[in-house]
Amino acid sequence: MNFKLSQEHIMLQKMYREFAENEVKPLAEEVDEKEEFPVETVKKLAKYGWLGIPIPKAYGGAGGDNIAYAMAVEELSKVCATTGVIVSAHTSLCAAPILEFGTQKQKEKYLPPLAKGEKLGAFGLTEANAGTDASAQQTVAVLDGDEYVLDGSKIFITNAGYADIYIIMAMTDKTQGTRGISAFIVEAGTPGFTIGKKEAKMGIKGSSTCELIFENCRIPKENLLGKEGKGFGIAMKTLDGGRIGIAAQALGIAQGAIDVTVSYVKERKQFGKTLSYFQNTQFQLAEMAAKTEASRLLVYKAADFKDKNIPYSNEAAIAKLFASATAMEVTTKAVQLHGGYGYTREYPVERMMRDAKITEIYEGTSEVQKMVIAANLLK
Amino acid sequence: MKIVVCIKQVPDTTEVRLDPKTGTLIREGVPSIINPDDKSGLEAALQLKDEFGAHVTVLTMGPQQAEAALREALAMGADRAILLTDRAFAGSDTWATSCTLAAAIKNLEYDLIIAGRQAIDGDTAQVGPQIAEHLNLPQVSYVEDLKYDGSSFILKRVFEDGYHLVKVGKPCLITTLKEMNEPRYMSVMGIFDAYREKQIEVWNLKDITVERSYLGLEGSPTKVKKSFTKGAKTAGKVFEVDHKEAAKIIVDKLKEKYII
Amino acid sequence: MNMMDYTGVSVFIEQRDGEVQKVSLELLGEGRRLADKLNTKLIAILLGHNVANIAQELVYYGADEVILAEDAMLDKYVTEPYTKVFTSIITEIKPEIVLMGATAIGRDLAPRVSARVYTGLTADCTTLEIDEETKNLLMTRPAFGGNIMATIICPEHRPQMSTVRPGVMLVGERDTERKGSIIKHQAQLDASDMNVEILEVVKETKKKVKIEDANVLISGGRGLGKKESFEGLELLAKELSGLVAGSRAAVDAGWIDRDFQVGQTGKTVRPGLYIACGISGAIQHVAGMEESEFIVAINKNATAPIFEFADLGIVGDVNKVIPALIEELKSKK
Repeated sequence: MNFKLSQEHIMLQKMYREFAENEVKPLAEEVDEKEEFPVETVKKLAKYGWLGIPIPKAYGGAGGDNIAYAMAVEELSKVCATTGVIVSAHTSLCAAPILEFGTQKQKEKYLPPLAKGEKLGAFGLTEANAGTDASAQQTVAVLDGDEYVLDGSKIFITNAGYADIYIIMAMTDKTQGTRGISAFIVEAGTPGFTIGKKEAKMGIKGSSTCELIFENCRIPKENLLGKEGKGFGIAMKTLDGGRIGIAAQALGIAQGAIDVTVSYVKERKQFGKTLSYFQNTQFQLAEMAAKTEASRLLVYKAADFKDKNIPYSNEAAIAKLFASATAMEVTTKAVQLHGGYGYTREYPVERMMRDAKITEIYEGTSEVQKMVIAANLLK
Repeated sequence: MKIVVCIKQVPDTTEVRLDPKTGTLIREGVPSIINPDDKSGLEAALQLKDEFGAHVTVLTMGPQQAEAALREALAMGADRAILLTDRAFAGSDTWATSCTLAAAIKNLEYDLIIAGRQAIDGDTAQVGPQIAEHLNLPQVSYVEDLKYDGSSFILKRVFEDGYHLVKVGKPCLITTLKEMNEPRYMSVMGIFDAYREKQIEVWNLKDITVERSYLGLEGSPTKVKKSFTKGAKTAGKVFEVDHKEAAKIIVDKLKEKYII
Repeated sequence: MNMMDYTGVSVFIEQRDGEVQKVSLELLGEGRRLADKLNTKLIAILLGHNVANIAQELVYYGADEVILAEDAMLDKYVTEPYTKVFTSIITEIKPEIVLMGATAIGRDLAPRVSARVYTGLTADCTTLEIDEETKNLLMTRPAFGGNIMATIICPEHRPQMSTVRPGVMLVGERDTERKGSIIKHQAQLDASDMNVEILEVVKETKKKVKIEDANVLISGGRGLGKKESFEGLELLAKELSGLVAGSRAAVDAGWIDRDFQVGQTGKTVRPGLYIACGISGAIQHVAGMEESEFIVAINKNATAPIFEFADLGIVGDVNKVIPALIEELKSKK
């Protein structure tokens, strides 16, 4: 068991940090305030290979491991959780299922543009009536000759409107329950596929979260991902990987909050001393740091298991459960340690706190994670 | 086109602090970086690689840990990396360093040699021009812009009060300024390639042909007689008052000192 | 090399378009002092094209001898023609010391010459002294980004070469009674020496007064917060007939041009008054201004290192203090 980062990882971390510091951090406040998708940043990320980290070189990716990928999301999220989730959703929820379940033809067609960041990816499972109860899918896909016809809608889809490739779950056989759900690759611009309402959110405001509408949307039958009826399994497996990404995002948010708080408490003086002098400050920060470090180990372990093809669903659930709770706790404490200033937009901690909340909800609520963990224990 | 870029690993001197109690330098925890002027030179070389398919070799003379700088250069896109290291080189001043580097470069093919104008630790700006002299090459220093017209290099050579646009043929040596460009980041695949596909060659004294008496501490014409930190000035008075009061204090003091 | 053959202090006179650079006059001042200590002569070496009229001035500023080398190829600075001629001169006159300004020209020429004649060169010297016993030149310079000072010697090679930053030494007295000789040196150049072709010469269009020449500098750093805050500094500079300068942080942030940067990687200044606004006082900055006669520092952080160097320190919001200071100055006129 080696807890040290490899030379490669150290160098990646250095590069990730430099990039995040110089290119992403300066825009974070504006991205949040204007609720603007950071188009230019995504282009730069693409240029430097951030959008295909765990994709094999044969498909235009960097051929990296999942720890390298998780670290990338972590470092981005430290300074801007919005940018972190853009990369996470694209990589784990769109590129990964194509890599894992796609035919050779599908992989050759879709992975290179995704890996190079020429196209952005997204994933559509959630519907108005299917959140935690994900199997209650109502979007249908009917085979008609050489095409499937999709009808229905999805909500709360990350990267919607900016993505070019969407992995969409739909029912191909209503009589079969979860075994009647199939996965499809749908390209933006397909007639009958439109982007609906954009959500105004509490946090990760620059992330584009919208409704997807399918009305008589015809896609080639070659766009079926995996086999008919296997879609639910594909979705669940995809979310396992996505949870590593979100846990990494939560980890980054927590670490970012600690970093800015440490700077602040060394500067801010009350009662003639810097806040760092007081034991309360020290103890709070100690707790924040300990929990964040624990999150880190859980995230990296889940990523490591995935790399080694060891079943990691349970580890990913634990990582997400713990890291998201930690992010919420750490950012709340960070605001508190900043006092009144922490409540204003002049300091980044209030944004970090607003950003943290979603990590306990999307890609499987914390309750769902507990279901996964309990099921693993009690089987 | 073949380009050799000389780089140096340096401590990030902007991060160095003086220990307030002892007055000595705190060197621990100071990150090592590729010298900024050199990094811009490397970026210029990589741009020539992008445009003309040039082959880029990075060379550094230093201790074993300088390998990290070479690795970074490979991750940015350099094709070949050479670490020139040997105990015999220790204590070299710029003459000895330039002799050593020139000897190594003689083993390579090149149309263009790039060195950063100066290193942020030594701050001499001497090694580049001295290498050019040892290799008998035309030199252009303080280069802020570089273009290649197919056969010659067109360079913007800056001075304090303007610049010259100059043309120089191959082979030549230039020294570059960090103002020249924004060096690219390492890419993710670049980093993996640097560790998985590329090698760092290590050259010792035996791998180069050079006059031994020119090398290291012994061969350096300049010697350090002593080094010291500048003593802290005795502090003046500090006032923590509101801005109106502060303004009065300043003006009164300036009048007292006949400054106004 | 017989060291005893080398006598005399020589100074490279840098001229651009027939104008002597101030640093060369500063070096004549310093060179005079060193020559007197060594009981030897001060030789000015002037290269250029149609620059003979400068020679007499150099005598007035302290030179015992002026060696004048003129050639069309020396009109604009190109490394090889200058190196070749300068080397042939010093090979002939064998000075024990060669001083050059650490300018964009000096820092190109000096290393090339030093390598050609195989001698030691020490860059950016801030202090020069003669060792009592050995008569060697003691060259003190900053190193490690300005964090330490080192005294360098060149004991076994001649000439001892040194470059000196502009603004560090004092220009000598100009004495029109001084007598000296002007000697012509025939430059042996041919076309192949011009191995770099000048396509275009561009002078900086904006006519700026240099911060090194200012007697009052109002300098802004990161603590100002934004570019607009520099407007306040401009107003203050106007009140005090000074110039606005900046720290490296301000330059890197794009708030002020690099030409106005004070510090290790910027300019060395020694004005009568230096007001540091929102500057923390990192060693690298202090290195460029600590010789200022009177330093006022304004910073909101009471522990900022600048206060250790300031003659007068104010802990406060610089963006409030500056306007108040301007008002106070106006009212006291």
